[in-house]
Amino acid sequence: MIDVIIIGAGPAGTACGKKLAEAGYSVKLYEKRAEIGSPKRCGEGLSEASQQFVGKIPERCIAQRMKGARLYAPNGRYLDAILTEGGFILERKVFDKWLAEEAAKAGAAVQANTFVSGLLKDAQGNFAGVRGEFMGNEFEEKARVVVCATGAESPIRYQALGVFSKVTLVDSCIQYEMTNVDMVSDMIHIYLSSVLAPRGYVWVFPKGEKRANVGLGIIPSDKKPGEYMKLFLAEHPEIAKGSIIEVNAGCVPVGGLVKDMVAGGFVLCGEAANHVNPIHGGGIKEAVISGQMAAGVIAECLKKNDISKRALSKYNEVWWRERGDHLKRVEKLRETLEKLSDQDLNDLVDALKPEDIIEFARGAKLSVLAKVLMRKPRLIAVAKHLL
Amino acid sequence: MSWKIDFNRCLRCGGCVSVCPTAALELRDNVLRDEKLCTLCGVCDKACPVEAIKVHKS
Repeated sequence: MIDVIIIGAGPAGTACGKKLAEAGYSVKLYEKRAEIGSPKRCGEGLSEASQQFVGKIPERCIAQRMKGARLYAPNGRYLDAILTEGGFILERKVFDKWLAEEAAKAGAAVQANTFVSGLLKDAQGNFAGVRGEFMGNEFEEKARVVVCATGAESPIRYQALGVFSKVTLVDSCIQYEMTNVDMVSDMIHIYLSSVLAPRGYVWVFPKGEKRANVGLGIIPSDKKPGEYMKLFLAEHPEIAKGSIIEVNAGCVPVGGLVKDMVAGGFVLCGEAANHVNPIHGGGIKEAVISGQMAAGVIAECLKKNDISKRALSKYNEVWWRERGDHLKRVEKLRETLEKLSDQDLNDLVDALKPEDIIEFARGAKLSVLAKVLMRKPRLIAVAKHLL
Repeated sequence: MSWKIDFNRCLRCGGCVSVCPTAALELRDNVLRDEKLCTLCGVCDKACPVEAIKVHKS
């Protein structure tokens, strides 16, 4: 019997698999997609600082380097925030394969095109393996621990722990990868608007040579993201003149962090545990961190030969202490920002200083937002509510 | 009461699967629904980014 089966070879699964393999455990990584990393469900942005967790990213994974972010108010005025370390727009189809290669080089066995349909349990009621299908052939495989790193779009997390994403806590998203788009190419472009993207925002992430990911996320409603996209493009001929070379969609969790992410022989990590930044919807960094944290605890548990829920619960403790409390604060900040009208947002962008944006992206406390709001008489009432 | 998916619209993103509160949906080559688990609550219809799912409650 192998030590660990990981379901999903995205950033969380591969980070977990790599670390466990390096520690000498036998690991299998099953990926549902026939091609790892494709189709992408992502704007592909990542801060350079994230390499602290991800490792040094090879040039071939990077489509374009970013100096910072340009934040647009609904009235069209904008503010540039230049990051000291900058960021990347990745080519996820290349990046995810690189991550899988790294896990494989460390000794994990990676297998694409493998659909995991269910979980196996042992006589004590612990999770003990998976049922799956590869190339039309069904199989069962046992393992001491099963890691669910499927992303949000799998019923496995529900089958094990009853976890799903509340519909009010996802942003429904559409993205066009476009070419022949005229934008400043070394900045990500973020458009705030309660009309064009209620609760979410519109993003334009340049990918070099006039390519860009143009996307938007909204709170789910009867009016669909595609309709909002039409409105946005109608106001932006410099983007609308381009051609659509790929269409992506998806629902991104922007809240609903899971309190209890373990069962006997089972651990949930990455987007499957809704580990996404609730303000910007970025999930790569959080996925890698939680995958590595899960690996650390699983390795300890395997060494002590105790994979009980109680033993694995240390992962809950570590993750909530290191990431959860912080992301919870970011969620509170998002809840406040989503209440602002377009006029409020105009005032907010006016009142912001570049360094504030960087603080917000990192997940500043509500008091920081309150301080910014206090700079505008119209927003003092909102600010007081926060303090 | 009915649940319909238009595979010409569907982009196989799995957004519907992520919000399903009864794990009635699964994304393989297409979205599959387990009729026994589905309560026709309609959140998949609401979350779908491309209007591929239609749930009629009456």
